[in-house]
Amino acid sequence: MHTFANTLTINAVLGGLHLGDMLVQLFFFLVLLLLVRKFAWGPVMNMMKQREDYVAGEIESAEKSRAEAEQASKEAQERLNQTKQEAQQIVEDAKNAGTRQEREIIESARKEAARIKEAAQADIQNEREKALQALQDKMATLSVLIASRVIEKEISAQDQEKLINDYIKEVGEEL
Amino acid sequence: MDHTAPIVEDVFGISWLDFNMANVMMIIVTSAIVFVICVLGARKLQMKPTGAQNVMEWFLDFIKGIINDTMDWKTGKLFLPLALTLFSYILVGNLLGVITNGVIGHDLWWKSPTADAGITLTLATMVIVLSHYYGIKLRGGKEYIKDYARPVWFLVPIKIVEEFSNTLTLGLRLFGNIYAGEVLLALLVTLTTGSFLGFFGGAIPFLAWQGFSVFIGGIQAFIFTILSMVYISHKVSADH
Repeated sequence: MHTFANTLTINAVLGGLHLGDMLVQLFFFLVLLLLVRKFAWGPVMNMMKQREDYVAGEIESAEKSRAEAEQASKEAQERLNQTKQEAQQIVEDAKNAGTRQEREIIESARKEAARIKEAAQADIQNEREKALQALQDKMATLSVLIASRVIEKEISAQDQEKLINDYIKEVGEEL
Repeated sequence: MDHTAPIVEDVFGISWLDFNMANVMMIIVTSAIVFVICVLGARKLQMKPTGAQNVMEWFLDFIKGIINDTMDWKTGKLFLPLALTLFSYILVGNLLGVITNGVIGHDLWWKSPTADAGITLTLATMVIVLSHYYGIKLRGGKEYIKDYARPVWFLVPIKIVEEFSNTLTLGLRLFGNIYAGEVLLALLVTLTTGSFLGFFGGAIPFLAWQGFSVFIGGIQAFIFTILSMVYISHKVSADH
């Protein structure tokens, strides 16, 4: 009998199944569900989603910038090579131009020298001829004068001519 | 064990509307605690989580794991808030009764709300009703009806009984565990405070049982949540 009473007490503590409690529980649980979803888990989930997106975006952009950097470095390498080639070209051109100029200068110098030499030779020849002419002219008169004075006799024009020529030849050889 | 419950009968003159005011109070207290903890944890959300946010995210991932164990995430994410709220509400409710039991006069006022069969059965019924609702909503009425005759037609009566037995076991398992814990705690308190010898005899078992009750509270919250998800997945997934 005592045990039975105890069971009844436990039943009382259990409270039986009160419909009011159930309705309150249901109502509060649903309200709690809506509230925590709106004010707690919703924002947390959003933040986690946002972070996921952010990480994905960062990875993507890192990949993109890596590709860009690779591209840029390739371009720079290409440009460097091109520039090197250009520089080599310029140096070669300059060398060629230098050699050509050198040759031209030497050529022109040689020509000039030849020209000067020729002119000098021509001058010399000219002077020599002139001197010879003058000498000839002078010698003719001089010899006539000398001969007429020394021999005091008439010489035929033929002899005189011969004499002069011989003399001039002598002089010419000596010159 | 001779405490009574503060029952108010026939509210508004309606004959079936009875309230156990202790339950009503503890429901409100538990809901308030869960709400405050969740909102405090969700304050100052940052991309780089710190402190409380880490705990919240760990907890969220934990519940996500429970749901992922029972169904695919595409339909499962629909039930994430439900599972989160179920787990946190039941856990807090269980622990409230372990920490303290409050008696005013002869009425037991401060206890676990989950130590009441009506409340746990309400939660269980809600879960089962939701499973039926989403079963029809996500797979269509035809598939829902056909599911009763799978794998063979003569299992139909058993399948129908199963729905009720699921509800009962889901609710009563939680109630039984928590209520037994409270009863034993109350007995040990009586023993410990009753006599000088009783203090030495009861103090250590009391501590041990209180620790065990905390463990039980966590385990039961986990079991309730995962079974809820299993029952829902039975209804919403095609491969069961």
